[in-house]
Amino acid sequence: MSALLEVRGLSVAYGKVEAVHQAALRLEQGRIVTVIGPNGAGKTTLLAALMGMLPARGSIAYAGQEILRLEPEQRVSRGLCLVPERRELFAAMTVEDNLVLGAFHRYRKRDKTIAGDFEQVYRLFPRLQERRRQLAGTLSGGERQMLALGRALMSRPRLLMLDEPSLGLAPLIVRDIFRVIAGLRETGVSILLVEQNAHAALQVADYGYVLETGEIVIEGPSASLASNPRVIESYLGLVSSDAG
Amino acid sequence: MNAEIALFLIQDGLTNGAIYALLALALVLVFAVTRVIFIPQGEFVAYGALTLASLQLGKLPGTAWLLLGGGLVVAAVELVQAVRLGAVRRIPAILFNYIVIPSALLSLAWWAAPQKPALTLQILLALALVVPLGPMVYRLAYQPLANASVLVLLIVSVAVHLAMTGLGLVFFGAEGSRTPPFSDAQWKLGVLNISGQSLWVMGSSLALIVALLLFFEHTIYGKALRATAINRIGARLVGVSPAMAGKLSFTLAALIGALSGILVAPITTIYYDSGFLIGLKGFVGAIVGGLISYPIAAAGALLVGLLEAYASFWASAYKEVIVFTLIIPVLIWRSFTTHHIEEEEE
Amino acid sequence: MSRARLVLGVFVAFMLAAPLLLPEFHVTLLNYIGLYSIVALGLVLLTGVGGLTSFGQAAFVGMGAYTTAYLSTAFGVSPWLTLIAGLALTFAVSVFLGFITLRLSGHYLPLGTIAWGISLFYLFSNIEFLGGYTGISSLPEINLFGLALDTGRKFDYLIWALALLALLSVDNLLDSRSGRAIRALKGGGLMAESFGVDTARMKIVIFVHAALLASLSGWLYAHLLRFVNPTPFSINAGIEYLFMAVVGGAASVWGAVVGAGILTVLKQWLQDLLPRLLGQSGNFEMIVFGVLLVLLLQRAREGIMPLVLRFFPAPKKQLQAAAPELPRRTQPAAGETLLELTRVRKAFGGLVAVNDLSFSLSSGEILGLIGPNGAGKSTVFNLVTGVLPLTGGEVRFRGERIDILSARAIVPHGLARTFQHVHLLPTMSVLENVAIGAHLRGSKGVISAALRLERAEEAMLLAEAARQLERVGLGDSMHEQAGSLALGQQRILEIARALCADPVLLLLDEPAAGLRYQEKRALAELLRKLRSEGMSVLLVEHDMDFVMKLVDRLVVMDFGEKLAEGLPQEIQANAVVLEAYLGGVK
Repeated sequence: MSALLEVRGLSVAYGKVEAVHQAALRLEQGRIVTVIGPNGAGKTTLLAALMGMLPARGSIAYAGQEILRLEPEQRVSRGLCLVPERRELFAAMTVEDNLVLGAFHRYRKRDKTIAGDFEQVYRLFPRLQERRRQLAGTLSGGERQMLALGRALMSRPRLLMLDEPSLGLAPLIVRDIFRVIAGLRETGVSILLVEQNAHAALQVADYGYVLETGEIVIEGPSASLASNPRVIESYLGLVSSDAG
Repeated sequence: MNAEIALFLIQDGLTNGAIYALLALALVLVFAVTRVIFIPQGEFVAYGALTLASLQLGKLPGTAWLLLGGGLVVAAVELVQAVRLGAVRRIPAILFNYIVIPSALLSLAWWAAPQKPALTLQILLALALVVPLGPMVYRLAYQPLANASVLVLLIVSVAVHLAMTGLGLVFFGAEGSRTPPFSDAQWKLGVLNISGQSLWVMGSSLALIVALLLFFEHTIYGKALRATAINRIGARLVGVSPAMAGKLSFTLAALIGALSGILVAPITTIYYDSGFLIGLKGFVGAIVGGLISYPIAAAGALLVGLLEAYASFWASAYKEVIVFTLIIPVLIWRSFTTHHIEEEEE
Repeated sequence: MSRARLVLGVFVAFMLAAPLLLPEFHVTLLNYIGLYSIVALGLVLLTGVGGLTSFGQAAFVGMGAYTTAYLSTAFGVSPWLTLIAGLALTFAVSVFLGFITLRLSGHYLPLGTIAWGISLFYLFSNIEFLGGYTGISSLPEINLFGLALDTGRKFDYLIWALALLALLSVDNLLDSRSGRAIRALKGGGLMAESFGVDTARMKIVIFVHAALLASLSGWLYAHLLRFVNPTPFSINAGIEYLFMAVVGGAASVWGAVVGAGILTVLKQWLQDLLPRLLGQSGNFEMIVFGVLLVLLLQRAREGIMPLVLRFFPAPKKQLQAAAPELPRRTQPAAGETLLELTRVRKAFGGLVAVNDLSFSLSSGEILGLIGPNGAGKSTVFNLVTGVLPLTGGEVRFRGERIDILSARAIVPHGLARTFQHVHLLPTMSVLENVAIGAHLRGSKGVISAALRLERAEEAMLLAEAARQLERVGLGDSMHEQAGSLALGQQRILEIARALCADPVLLLLDEPAAGLRYQEKRALAELLRKLRSEGMSVLLVEHDMDFVMKLVDRLVVMDFGEKLAEGLPQEIQANAVVLEAYLGGVK
């Protein structure tokens, strides 16, 4: 199978401090790949660089083409989409306008199929339809995450990048969100998932990478990562850490 | 002062105030979308007025040459960038947008000006010559500094204001112009004489404000501009580029500026440097609205217009002093209603 | 002798000889450069260093000029007295303007100064007793020790003597306790506040300082020409002054002289050239100035000075080993309750970020506050340090309520903090960054700094900073630029800076985030050492491994509430905690 995303030797620096160092990762069409790691390891920086929000060195091949020097807007238009940790919704606009803007690049291309996608998003998140005239800023934490996901889906992404989708959400909602993520794979969307909740991430993903202080230290199929003693010690359990 | 004078001053104040209100809206728009405090707004007022004045005299306006010159510089900058990024496909569009169109407009103005077409056509031609300068200014001066602090962008604005004022002197000369009114009609309403020109100004301003409102509420580009103003990162993530939003907001600001100039030209004599003070009065209004609120900015601008009308009646020599000192009580009021320590940029 | 001193010597020698040797026209240019340098110097301090700006400096120049013109012609007052009057008037006006605009966000000051510059220009032009547009002529000459300064050549000495004094005093000021606070204004406001710097006051101080320099220049100008009219004090002149400061750049006070020199000569040349080229008369140089400034801000925002300074490496700070130690506060007895949170609550709109949280911390212990991302740990940290106001509950420190205090007012009680995203001034040396921590342990102000009357205290502050750097093991890097350190060292620098405040309790916000394994070990080692020296620490942390091996006790948070509290072993065995960390997906 050919890779949808192939990252090689990617480095990102803030001034003199290098936050991501020589990262390499690969994501095949229709798969879910997760990147786990501790706070400050550079996960968010990695996603921001893939989206073009931060300048980076190295190579990012997407659908066979080098996109390292493209602006974020151009990457959106090619089917990349990032749901950031802070969601970055348009708080003073309605839920519906947020969704409309999710499809901005498609309106520019005069895409006629946008209306159908509204229905699909509303079917996925009925809460959003109930609140479509409400301002995004008045939503609860869980609804905000739904709106962020919905806005992303309106762009019809081929590669969806999710940064900590479970952050700050109650367990029930986390379960919902992960169910939606798992369901998206069925529709052919490829997903790059960054999570601290390593348990949930490894359950839903096909393949995983562990990022520590900006470097990828372990990688492998989710099942093998979940049984890797080092991963268990650092990310999956508290109990064993008194051994260290 | 009797009622007749009082009413006359109100009419005069509201007429000017309507123009300041338009400018205040443009300033708030540009600031919200790009964080640029758009001091050169006033130059677009002067350019609009003086371009129309040249056309009415049957002369080719200097702005036509400026447009071509600006186009050539933008084309050069864009070409260098396109070659450096290896984006050769963009070259035809660059040549067309920045060289062919300005040349065509220059030729059109050259051909049309001596024939003195109807006023409406003159106005459209004047707008076509002045408005494209807005996005050009954004491209050359501001786009390379999109991540700079508000302070740096403000200094750039002042620099652009100086350069544009100087260019205004080169292209229009030091003489002032005043265009004939759109309408000579006069109505008597009780003791008050209502002039057709005043109604034109107020009516056009209102129409433009409504048009802007519809644009922001109901079009995808209007929503994109609002989104950029609310959350720049969010806007980038859905594919709204800051450069596009910047150029669009500068186009709107240039349009509003040039139209204001065209509306004000029959009321006041406009010189190459008159725009600065007119623009700043819009600013005082915008500051009343904290550079955020559109309705308060518009109301503030009307207040400036009224204050100015009454000030010129009571103490005409101190008119400007009074108008610009209004900013002090406004700032005092703002400083006591704002409570936050914000982390400085950079 | 250092290279910088040599250049200064040559400069002074040139200035002494120039009026005797140069033709009249060049002396006049030199006079103007001197006058403009004084104004631009104020803007280097205000804009370049402090990150604020004013387009209305010409109006302050006008105040100085018109005050002396009016008083000395109408009442025959001696120019030396009118200088004081002009400065006093400028002081009052600038304090007032600074007070109303500096509390607002950064751009209100420059906008306010544009409006105020225009207003004052029209005021000068319309007030009858100030001569309207024609102005005031026949000002008296200045007498210096009986010598009448009645020619440009003689006046040159006065201008440049005052300009040099102004340059040296600002240079002195920047190299002091107050100077460090001023340099922190741009980009380090929050950090400076949390070490007790009154940033709002510092902003007014530099605004007033810049206004007074402008007023001084105006007084000199009036008596050089012995005539004033409104034109040189218009808003355009104010804009030109700002250009000078930007062209020179803020890297050194000498940027003011360089900027003033370049713009004055360039303007002279362009005013000759352009009207001939264009075949009409007018101020066309403004086009060139405008374009040049835009290019400069796009390409070399720091101005010209950094290029010049490359040839003059900054001398190392001299440390006086013999400097006496700063007095220290008495530390509490071990086991005394230091920090006590009672039902602390914080809501953002409808979202409750911290929900009735209570815990306490005793002297001599390291308490860890942990929880998953988004649990509300950082909010708690901001509530304790006074960055955010509480919605409910109270925070006490050694029995006193601190939740009603601002971040700045909390420091003197003995709390000092670090930041999750390091806040340091990257171009300043490590030593000076750390010395900001000791801000409240000194007391000397701006005036004594300008006059170098605070050297004894300054030596003590720097010695303390050096001592804390040695304590944390960064002694070897103290003369490097803080921005050149690795992240791990920057975190440790922040701890040294906090220690400089002589705290009772250290508050550390995610100090291990992003650190490499070795760096984490070094950090843990340092914290253990500090504990053994009696220091108490509140540690907000995400990294379980790091926390478990280090802390005495733990408080676990999730969804803004306390989930558990206890010894590390107890927490590791706690089922509720495990559930929270492993997430809701089973």
